[in-house]
Amino acid sequence: MSVPSVTRAPAATPGTPVRPQRTARTRRRVLGLVALLVLVVVACAASVAIGTRPLGLGTVWTALTDRSLRTEEAVIIWDLRVPRTALGLMVGASLGVAGALMQGHTRNPLGDPGLLGVTAGASFAVVLAIALLGVTTPSGYVWFAFAGALAGTVAVYVLGAAGRGGATPVTLALAGSTLSALLYALVRAVLVSDTDSLDAFRFWVVGALAGRGADIAWQVLPFIVAGLVLALLNAPALDLLGMGEDVARGLGQRVWLARTVGLVAITLLAGAATAACGPIAFLGLVVPHAVRTFTGPAHRWLVPCSALAGAVLLLTADVVGRVIARPGEVQVGIVLALLGGPFFIALVRRRKTTTL
Amino acid sequence: MTTSTPAAPPLTAPTSDGRVRLAAEGLRLAYDDRVVVDGLDLTLTDGSFTAIVGPNGCGKSTLLRALGRLMRPAAGQVLLDGRAIQKTPTRDVARVLGLLPQTPIAPAGLTVADLVTRGRHPHQSWLRQWSAEDEAVVAEALTWTDMTDLADRPVDELSGGQRQRAWISMALAQGTDLILLDEPTTYLDLSHQIDVLELVARLHAERGRTVVVVLHDLNLAARYAHRLVAMRDGVLVASGTPHEVLTEQLLADVFDLEARVVPDPVAGTPMVVPVRRLHR
Amino acid sequence: MTATADTIRETVPPEPGGRPAGRAVALRIGPASARFRWRSVVVPVVALVVVVLLGAVALGRGDYPIGVTDVLRTLAGAGEQSQRFIVLELRAPRVVVGVLVGLALGVAGALFQTFARNPLASPDILGITSGASVGAVVAIVVSGTSSAGAVLGGLGVPLAALAGALGAGLLLFLLAFRSGVDGYRLVLVGVAVSSIALAVVDWLLTRAAIYDAAAAYVWIVGSLNARTWDQAVPLALALAVLVPLALAAGRVLGVLQFGDDTARGLGVRLSAAQAAVVLVAVVLVAAAVSAAGPITFVALVVPQIAVRLAGGSRPPLLASGLIGAALVVVADLLTRTVLPQALPVGILTATVGAPYLLWLLVRGRRTTA
Repeated sequence: MSVPSVTRAPAATPGTPVRPQRTARTRRRVLGLVALLVLVVVACAASVAIGTRPLGLGTVWTALTDRSLRTEEAVIIWDLRVPRTALGLMVGASLGVAGALMQGHTRNPLGDPGLLGVTAGASFAVVLAIALLGVTTPSGYVWFAFAGALAGTVAVYVLGAAGRGGATPVTLALAGSTLSALLYALVRAVLVSDTDSLDAFRFWVVGALAGRGADIAWQVLPFIVAGLVLALLNAPALDLLGMGEDVARGLGQRVWLARTVGLVAITLLAGAATAACGPIAFLGLVVPHAVRTFTGPAHRWLVPCSALAGAVLLLTADVVGRVIARPGEVQVGIVLALLGGPFFIALVRRRKTTTL
Repeated sequence: MTTSTPAAPPLTAPTSDGRVRLAAEGLRLAYDDRVVVDGLDLTLTDGSFTAIVGPNGCGKSTLLRALGRLMRPAAGQVLLDGRAIQKTPTRDVARVLGLLPQTPIAPAGLTVADLVTRGRHPHQSWLRQWSAEDEAVVAEALTWTDMTDLADRPVDELSGGQRQRAWISMALAQGTDLILLDEPTTYLDLSHQIDVLELVARLHAERGRTVVVVLHDLNLAARYAHRLVAMRDGVLVASGTPHEVLTEQLLADVFDLEARVVPDPVAGTPMVVPVRRLHR
Repeated sequence: MTATADTIRETVPPEPGGRPAGRAVALRIGPASARFRWRSVVVPVVALVVVVLLGAVALGRGDYPIGVTDVLRTLAGAGEQSQRFIVLELRAPRVVVGVLVGLALGVAGALFQTFARNPLASPDILGITSGASVGAVVAIVVSGTSSAGAVLGGLGVPLAALAGALGAGLLLFLLAFRSGVDGYRLVLVGVAVSSIALAVVDWLLTRAAIYDAAAAYVWIVGSLNARTWDQAVPLALALAVLVPLALAAGRVLGVLQFGDDTARGLGVRLSAAQAAVVLVAVVLVAAAVSAAGPITFVALVVPQIAVRLAGGSRPPLLASGLIGAALVVVADLLTRTVLPQALPVGILTATVGAPYLLWLLVRGRRTTA
């Protein structure tokens, strides 16, 4: 049987296409990455130099390079500013990456780790720790918050996946917001009837880097490192899942594996960040949206760039919080919402960025 | 209705050496409790070009999903080169079998080149992320589908016909012997339908791919495919060359359609001229 | 359109509903005609009966229990003087405010969720209740220390909350408006507005003296304690205007649900219809919140429960309102009777509603999938 064919001649010989735009995009991604790296360094420097007691960059450099120095400045830098900056770097990177993964997996631009019950679980555990055990220090909260975050996510996932249909983005979001509402109600029940607990909890719930020492940074570091590694491993799979589960499967991706790795990474990152600093809303939501403007939808670029951008944003917000209300300071979680909110609205109003 | 499937020996395309590549044995497919396909046997030989036809809701897309291991059978199995497809590592399957869902989605902003590049995923690993071979295959796939000029355009800004070419280009870059396509001509005008099917026919004729395609349009199916498989209510009703399958009796049985079948004045394949719908 | 939009857009129709609501029945009386489904009629009627019964029970319960028959006699105008005082002056305002607040939140939630085609689009997430919290907390916490606080403090907490809610709602509307209000953009902007408002509240709480913070916190949770006719009457008047408007807007909603182009094709004046829906919903929430504080979760959970009970492709407005009223009254009744310690009603709405929604979610997946 003959197939009528109107075979078209190949347009060019294989291997020779010139793609100027493609290299332009790559250049934009590389430039963005380099710019973010520079900004991370600048933000770190600012975070070490600026504070209730401003220090010159020269003083900072001397104190950092000469560890034998025990001046008052050196003590401030090594005991307060450096741990705080390190923690800010870690937490910012974690939340940025967790947000990117969350949005990629749910294909929902509202994807925020908070939706999975991380924040609500942590809040509930911290309130119990305060009210029942009398814990009142940030380092005392860490393990409770972390355990609560893990339990919250697992519960959301189990509820969202119950039934044969399995976990879809919609059931997960509904289960997450419902369980969160329930947990917050219990939190409120405690706080309304116990003023002492409210007095401790109100300072945890705003989300702050202040008062967190190096011990907290070391406690959460292993979880953050593990989460970041898993996230990087998960990035190529997310690119495939972006084309739908059928296509991803057709290209040989084990979908359940990718989903599991992603969920574990999100939980570790968001859980550790919340455990260290309290709930920091918004960072995980805003950062991937901003980064996507120059990386495009490719997660191999989006995930690492979100880590850097998250760190920059968190450190910047922290520095701003130290400056605007001298001699006191405004907690980083609040500054972030006040800075990030308008930025996010502006981003949303530019039409193209409202979709993934 | 002629429901005697296993009796009819599967026909092979002229170019084939007759080796069975993909086979369904006693396949039962169900969504929860709703059985869509039951007791279906089918063999697809190397180098064949098969079109699955049937009325809406007859289970042809479901069958294609199962053949592409997107769906786990409730009973029976699908064999790829003699191995149970559900037990074969999915990445191994992806090096042999490519598939294109009915309306694939691309994230906003993804360029054609990015899309085609992702077709190389089954051949990549953490050590070997982007080999010279990958580069060459992608460039060749773009050239062969005539998409090179559009390589940097976002997929979501293309016309329907161009988009389908991009996806076929991705399937080509995947470099599989077997390609399954679910209604690749949906939402396309006639000239773009022809365009896409020409491309698929060239995949078969020039690149030696074994092709299975679900198609709505019987005349186009008869023109391009070497073998037609007709389904109704989840059962394989007839299988054979277009001349054998597209008879007036079968159209009445399968599609409830009274029709004349005349030779296609261009290709000589059977052509269906509908008369009216039969009510039963 | 892209995949993202689809996953969000699809959520309301196929996911929760998915169930046919039975065959439609046509009713024609003279020139008037209407088409309805039995379940969509039965559910609101049953909900109304439940609300009335619950209300009667709630009027009877308290430190001085009164039987349901005595309550009904009192309401009818008979009964003893002391019972009249207790029922009509002490308990009735509380029950009436509860019913009205639940009604307003239920209707508003259904409006928002249908409009945004997203089951998460509740006034809590959109920032309207958070805006009310800002107003109230400023009034409570800062009234002594700053001029803005003094102005708000002078208004009193309910009016400050009303101003906060309307301000946040207006901000939300203006920021989301860009040649029409895209439901999608509305949700995204709402999340931002809400985050900002919540941050301000949290910050104010950390700055306040702990007594003020505790008082503010009780308000934030949402309570029906010590409501009088002073709150009930204005709320009732507001709803008398707003609920019919909402029901009228609801007719357009069914068309808006199909997407902008189809809606235009069916002859809807798009921007005007969208603006009407959003503004009515905002004002409903503001009125409710100023009377009882931001009772969370009602607006989120009730439309989801209503659509699962009544069937259909979107949350029914009237049924949502009545179920909302029932939920608030039940929750308030529980705080006053079952619990050893009287908790604000806002806590109970979530602890009662959340498990029920979760159960519906799990069961729904099993049977319909």
